[in-house]
Amino acid sequence: MNMIVANRPVAPAATSSRPLVRIVIVGHVDHGKSTLIGRLLHETGSLPDGKFETLKAVSERRGMPFEWSFLLDSLQTERDQGITIDTTQIGFRTPHRDVVLIDAPGHAEFLRNMITGAAQADAALLLIDAFEGVRDQTRRHGYLLHLLGVKQVAVIVNKMDRVGFDRQRFQAISDEISAHLTGLGVTPTAIIPISAREGDGVGAASKRLGWHDGPTVIGAIDQFEPARALEQLPLRLPVQAIYKFDDRRIVAGRIESGHLTSGDEIVIMPAGKIAKIRSVESWPATSLRERHHAGHAVGITLDRELFLERGDIIGHTNSAPRATKRLRARIFWLHDEPLTAGSAILVRLGTKESRATVAAIDKAVDPGELSNAASAAIARNHVGEIDIALAQPVAVDIHTDNPHTGRLVIEVNGRIAGGGLVIGIDAAQRATPIDIVPMESALQPEERAARYHHRGAVLWFTGLPGAGKSTLARALERRLFQSGGSPVLLDGDTLRAGLNGDLGFSAKDRSENIRRLAEVAVHLARNGHIAIVAAVSPSTEDRAAARRIAGDLFREIYIATPAEVCESRDPKGHYAKARAGNLSGFTGIGNDYEAPHASELTIDTSHRAIAEATGDITRMLSRTGVLLDTVADLAAS
Amino acid sequence: MQRPSPVPPSRKPLSSPALVSSNAQLAPDPDGGLAGPSMDRLDQLEAQSIYIFREAFARLKKLALLWSLGKDSNVMIWLARKAFFGRVPFPALHVDTGKKFPEMYAFRDHYGKEWELDLRIEPCPPIDAVDPTLPPAARSAARKTEGLKMALAKYGFDGLIAGIRRDEEATRAKERVFSPRGLEGGWDVRDQPPEFWDHFNASPPPGAHLRIHPILHWTEADIWAYTQRENIPIIPLYLAKDGKRYRSLGDADITFPVESNAASIAEILVELAETKVPERSGRALDHETEDAFERLRVAGYL
Repeated sequence: MNMIVANRPVAPAATSSRPLVRIVIVGHVDHGKSTLIGRLLHETGSLPDGKFETLKAVSERRGMPFEWSFLLDSLQTERDQGITIDTTQIGFRTPHRDVVLIDAPGHAEFLRNMITGAAQADAALLLIDAFEGVRDQTRRHGYLLHLLGVKQVAVIVNKMDRVGFDRQRFQAISDEISAHLTGLGVTPTAIIPISAREGDGVGAASKRLGWHDGPTVIGAIDQFEPARALEQLPLRLPVQAIYKFDDRRIVAGRIESGHLTSGDEIVIMPAGKIAKIRSVESWPATSLRERHHAGHAVGITLDRELFLERGDIIGHTNSAPRATKRLRARIFWLHDEPLTAGSAILVRLGTKESRATVAAIDKAVDPGELSNAASAAIARNHVGEIDIALAQPVAVDIHTDNPHTGRLVIEVNGRIAGGGLVIGIDAAQRATPIDIVPMESALQPEERAARYHHRGAVLWFTGLPGAGKSTLARALERRLFQSGGSPVLLDGDTLRAGLNGDLGFSAKDRSENIRRLAEVAVHLARNGHIAIVAAVSPSTEDRAAARRIAGDLFREIYIATPAEVCESRDPKGHYAKARAGNLSGFTGIGNDYEAPHASELTIDTSHRAIAEATGDITRMLSRTGVLLDTVADLAAS
Repeated sequence: MQRPSPVPPSRKPLSSPALVSSNAQLAPDPDGGLAGPSMDRLDQLEAQSIYIFREAFARLKKLALLWSLGKDSNVMIWLARKAFFGRVPFPALHVDTGKKFPEMYAFRDHYGKEWELDLRIEPCPPIDAVDPTLPPAARSAARKTEGLKMALAKYGFDGLIAGIRRDEEATRAKERVFSPRGLEGGWDVRDQPPEFWDHFNASPPPGAHLRIHPILHWTEADIWAYTQRENIPIIPLYLAKDGKRYRSLGDADITFPVESNAASIAEILVELAETKVPERSGRALDHETEDAFERLRVAGYL
């Protein structure tokens, strides 16, 4: 079978005067997407000559009643299963628009294909069966349209013939879906009752729907606007590559927002280096354009030799993106394995890629369900908010400031597994760190690793008072030192005597205490040392903050000794004091210790001798790439 | 290679008088490139394709561009030169069935040199080596699939850039921009990875490869309008002679002309705005059985 719908090619003279809109059609499976598309093609005169008659004949030959959806069942595999499995694109024209209609599958199994289709769209038609009403996939698709940034949504209430064109039924569905979409920040441009099969409300107003005073489907399409290029926003030029094909060193990329001109003073983020644009290059001849705008693929040369690389973002000096290693994002998840706290992922932000760890997960829900029972992991086809600790600093914007540089995708095993919007950038990160010039060490990490036989790391011992954190930390320090390593012990109480002397035990002070410990530890780790932190650190949130600060250098070791064993040990006499009411804010005898779920290692010292436990730790350090082979062998002997 | 002027000298005497440059009577961009903030449709298509080319070049190690000599793959080469400032920094692969029109070979030999392409011409196996259950024209076309597999094995490419478009044919409408192919070169339409926000899946499993489709979002009319605007050379078989022209070029024995009086690109564009005849109607392999084309594609055809 050949292309079954006219790809009615559009003459260039016509294209310039008629806006082109890309519209995705979404909704629950079997709510009538394919039927509506077939009807739209028919009503707009877009079908090839004789196609309607041919399909009718084919239907009769197969002994099936004619369905409009046959028009789209172009793949053999699809006919066999009777559902759309991937997005199909069809071009047609309405009175005032050139339209590319993207047909996205409604089956939950193929949500990744729905997202692939919807992410390309300027606008959406959300289809609801008047008989079945709002279903889980209707809500899910509504939520995803919001996450994908599709703001123009017309709701189509189909199959009105099955409910006798009943106005009350329409109103009830209209109210329900309006409430759902408005809750997501999406205001429908129209809510339209139709019967795609019978033709009511698609192209012309219908007598049977005489009570409806809104537009028809084609009328609603005529009001959709093409997405605008983001010219009004500050300049964002993500670097795609640096080419040195000849004596020019060309920085290539596509302008995502704003505009640039040769002579502009620019800043390259996240490093914060400043340069001027010397020229804007193009082929066949260097362009005469004064300004290059959002959407253009450009190549620029700079007035000085700077190190920059793919993934950097070029902005103007007074309006640069932010640099950070910690992000919060609202994401949808498409991978079979649920996303959990502690998961190792690859994050892509524009052309930048960085390894990362999921530091925390919040608000994980199925957007199709009405009840908002949150879970600890984000399952396939669900959504949630996550804190991400990136291995490298990245340049980024909040998505409300810049929709293009404020979104990311997540890859697992080389395959796109999810995506979402940046909703927060760690407050500790400065907006434009160009005033501060951090001094880098004269030594390379490899030089230190060659001497110490290990890489830098932050080992975070958490557990109840008396669990054995300090004892183990000291034993480990001794063992690493004996094998030629460079361990540094950071004891929470010791640091409270000096650096953290201004802090008490309120929740806020405890958080600040942890933050400072983590910052000192990561500084040591970046300089090749193994920072061993022993701190009760009872709050999951504080530990997640520490993980964010240390990124992939972080190794959490949970000393899971049972509370009664800890209390019986009571090495500092704190349990006794607390029981006697002489020690407030003491963690241990209440239930205020929040045990970790995704530690790199868990040790119960009531069952494990010190030497055995230290061996467990060094093995974990070898396995996770901290100890290089030689030192691991030495330590084990 | 820098051109001396944006308007190439057209219709200069070439090795074959049949080679023409498209429509030189059309003035260059009337506003001299001083485009305002809003880009027109061709500008947008071009920018998107350049972005795709640069992503492929940045993320894959061993790329090749499949040059079929047709209007679409010539636009692709033009776009690659725009993306990489005048050169095509990877080989152009012509999988040669040996049955193309003479005008196509003349075009290849001339422009392969003029465009300074790293041209690799790879032969196809004889018809006996191809699945005998396919209908005759499809079987003939499947030789190209086999030739492609042999070229892949020979060079170890991890990415092949191909000039297919969504509007050409129903199965192509479902393609991704970066489309993984299995070890046998096959396409699994049921398990395509998600692709959105111009983020592409660029990590094929070991031994497999990616097809990259930089002009997937273009239409037949876009190709002609762009060819006209940029003055890209074409094979003259596309222009009407004695009331017939070729809309799509394949092997000489299984490709047929359509009725047409369009003797210039401008006339082709007018014709396309009115026709309801599909582009590939002259390609016999598409019409033998309902699923012949899809079977070819699942097996690795373009």
